[in-house]
Amino acid sequence: MKIHKYDTVIVGAGGAGMRAAIESTKRSRTAVLTKLYPTRSHTGAAQGGMAAALANVEEDNWEWHTFDTIKGGDYLVDQDAAEILAKEAIDSVLDLEKMGLPFNRTPNGTIDQRRFGGHSRNHGEAPVRRSCYAADRTGHMILQTLYQNCVKEGVEFFNEFYVLDQLITEVDGVKRSAGVVAYELATGEIHIFQAKAVIYASGGCGKFFRVTSNAHTLTGDGQAAVYRRGLPLEDMEFFQFHPTGIWRMGILLTEGARGEGGILRNKDGERFMEKYAPVMKDLASRDVVSRSIYTEIREGRGCGPEGDHVYLDLTHLPPEQLDAKLPDITEFARTYLGIEPYTDPIPIQPTAHYAMGGIPTNVEGEVLADNTTVVPGLYAAGEVACVSVHGANRLGTNSLLDINVFGKRAGIAAAEYSAKHDYVELPENPAELVVEQVERLRNSTGTERVAEIRRELQDTMDANVMVFRTEQTIKTAVEKIGELRERYRNVAIQDKGKRFNTDLLEAIELGNLLDLAEVMAISALARKESRGGHYREDYPNRDDVNFMRHTMAYREVGDDGTETVRLDYKPVVQTRYQPMERKY
Amino acid sequence: MATPVMDKVEAESAASPYITVTFRVRRFNPEVSAEATWEDFQLEIDPKERVLDGLHKIKWDLDGTLTFRRSCAHGICGSDAMRINGRNRLACKTLIKDINPEKPITVEPIKGLTVLKDLVVDMEPFFQAYRDVMPFLVTTGNEPTRERLQSAEDRERFDDTTKCILCAACTSSCPVFWNDGQYFGPAAIVNAHRFIFDSRDEAGEQRLEILNDKDGVWRCRTTFNCTDACPRGIEVTKAIQEVKRALITRRF
Ligand SMILES: Cc1cc2nc3c(=O)[nH]c(=O)nc-3n(C[C@H](O)[C@H](O)[C@H](O)COP(=O)(O)OP(=O)(O)OC[C@H]3O[C@@H](n4cnc5c(N)ncnc54)[C@H](O)[C@@H]3O)c2cc1C
Ligand code: FES
Repeated sequence: MKIHKYDTVIVGAGGAGMRAAIESTKRSRTAVLTKLYPTRSHTGAAQGGMAAALANVEEDNWEWHTFDTIKGGDYLVDQDAAEILAKEAIDSVLDLEKMGLPFNRTPNGTIDQRRFGGHSRNHGEAPVRRSCYAADRTGHMILQTLYQNCVKEGVEFFNEFYVLDQLITEVDGVKRSAGVVAYELATGEIHIFQAKAVIYASGGCGKFFRVTSNAHTLTGDGQAAVYRRGLPLEDMEFFQFHPTGIWRMGILLTEGARGEGGILRNKDGERFMEKYAPVMKDLASRDVVSRSIYTEIREGRGCGPEGDHVYLDLTHLPPEQLDAKLPDITEFARTYLGIEPYTDPIPIQPTAHYAMGGIPTNVEGEVLADNTTVVPGLYAAGEVACVSVHGANRLGTNSLLDINVFGKRAGIAAAEYSAKHDYVELPENPAELVVEQVERLRNSTGTERVAEIRRELQDTMDANVMVFRTEQTIKTAVEKIGELRERYRNVAIQDKGKRFNTDLLEAIELGNLLDLAEVMAISALARKESRGGHYREDYPNRDDVNFMRHTMAYREVGDDGTETVRLDYKPVVQTRYQPMERKY
Repeated sequence: MATPVMDKVEAESAASPYITVTFRVRRFNPEVSAEATWEDFQLEIDPKERVLDGLHKIKWDLDGTLTFRRSCAHGICGSDAMRINGRNRLACKTLIKDINPEKPITVEPIKGLTVLKDLVVDMEPFFQAYRDVMPFLVTTGNEPTRERLQSAEDRERFDDTTKCILCAACTSSCPVFWNDGQYFGPAAIVNAHRFIFDSRDEAGEQRLEILNDKDGVWRCRTTFNCTDACPRGIEVTKAIQEVKRALITRRF
């Protein structure tokens, strides 16, 4: 076991982690621990763009952007945070340009912008061109640009280090962050990183679904680590199902495709979104479009022999436009479906895409221990966190924005914190939990297989807590997850070695997914209303009287060791926008 | 809306798609043995699935010790470059049907980098070469308040080389690199190109000097392996040629 000491430790090297690292390295001795090489992070998969009211191509302003974000989030958004997001968007895009990001350009050389779902002119009048983009590789360019600038700043990375535990020490009755425990993939060695400040930037947890746009590695490790230490998770029932994933595979086809003029059609060739969203049509917000697709499918207007998908039609767009604006996704269609998008529509279905919920923070990125108290020295940013700027449904292009705005804020805040504070003493035997977990898995003689439990988990999540939910389906999921958690105790791995033991890590990741799936299902069960990404067929309306509040889920351990999820609620911050019915 | 291609896709998906294939995988684990060996696995797979799906079937259902890197599973993150039937490819972007599944499919680690376990190689020398070419925008003078302007043509000039995902498929397909690991290799040159030809950048001369080194761009013998290997379709050899030309003319 090795002990390291750093002022600031950042967990994760995606967009949020590296944006934080660029700030914090300038101000404090910083280490970035990442389970993937930085450029492998899933930020690189983002396609469509990053929102900012630059007004380069038409009139726009940050106030309209704030409104769209709040409305898109079905009013569960904390409005002070949304305002910061929209205001700081402009500088954060300009920052990236100055760091070298090769944005697409307008004829006069400024950053080009395009339409995206839910972004509108003057509070919903018409779609507005607000998304700054680099073809359909915006995330790739952001990830590369941030990594390049980390190289320039000499950021210190620990690649292929898996953070498995958060260390907390109580000082005078206050829980404080003392550091993290990490597992080094190459050697199997366990490392303690003592740090004055820790920032979680470890991304999403979409892998508890089967049909998902998320990478295999998005297993919610950060959320699970703090949750297991008694800290809350906020709004975990809100997960976004993106309308256009490649049929059965879930690989994303960006909303930018519809921004460029792509149209969704059912088996009769009908442009069905005109029925559901007369103004914004195919560019209504994602939850609305995903539900519309499934309504078409359920009512027998789906395509194919099983009627289980619809088409994304790009055939009316000029091939040159597809080549210039959507080169990657057209290539995905060719590679994975053998389809030529110039001439043929692409079979799609909604795909599990984005966790709106996560580790609760305030606007400085400080993690909350309850509705109001912060955990000194603990920060979170990016998809792992819940500020909450996305509320019940995130608008497209607002996440690449989120990781930049709040990654930067968390990086500055954490470094300033570590400059002013001393180390908190490590808890006694800090590696205990991780050592125990690793040894148990390595020595287990159980009969359960990781892959089988994960398959069953994904099947129950897809079937029961996806786009449409009811009390009945969610209860089925809760029960199934309980059974799987029980069986997980009996899981065994085949690789008993120390070197690059990905068999072991997959088992640990599965444990995290099971914990988070349970939190999600239980939070969803209790929210007896429909709002944004959470749609209850048995409660189809939004209920502002009872549910205009954030869910806060805590892990409780009984005297007999039984674990339960306890739910509490937190008020939504509302400043200038009164909740209205959401129409597109 | 029923078009011929769609009917084909859907007709295919209705029939039972599974075939039996053999994966012949290069195994190495120094914790167990100093020798690398070939191991065969038989599996049932839909030919429209990816080689990565096959590797997952092995790892998840047959042999949990099989070790490889992967993340995104759709050709974006650059984790899973490997030698498949003797050619460098991404396992997640290679469909079984496209690589003659009647014969055993050979899967080995990419060449020229130290193998650590099974298909996992040491990427550090590769990333070091990348870092050595100053892969970041360098500018002087006062920062503008708004964005720097760049014409669409100037932006297009280096578009091809911005696509690199640092998977190392090109570098590890290069015979010069196999023989001499000191050579920067195509990926580093591609990333230098990305900045040398960016109209906003002011360190082109410095990068050219770095690549003028004995281990630099002149080692390239234009075998085009790199271009063939690139899963992003970057014209790697062309980019290297452009850097060579820039070194001679000092115009870029
Ligand atoms: C296909 C796709 C397309 C998208 N398109 C858009 C778009 O166009 N616009 C938009 O705004 N948003 C988009 N999004 C959403 C957006 O890309 C993501 O939400 C965002 O990039 C997340 O960034 P992040 O930095 O929080 O996490 P990630 O980029 O996922 O990075 C997570 C990091 O954490 C590390 N990590 C994880 N677990 C551990 C651990 N246990 N120990 C150490 N390190 C760990 C990983 O190594 C990685 O470096 C898209 C998402 C997907 C999946
Ligand atoms: S797994 Fe990401 S490129 Fe293949």
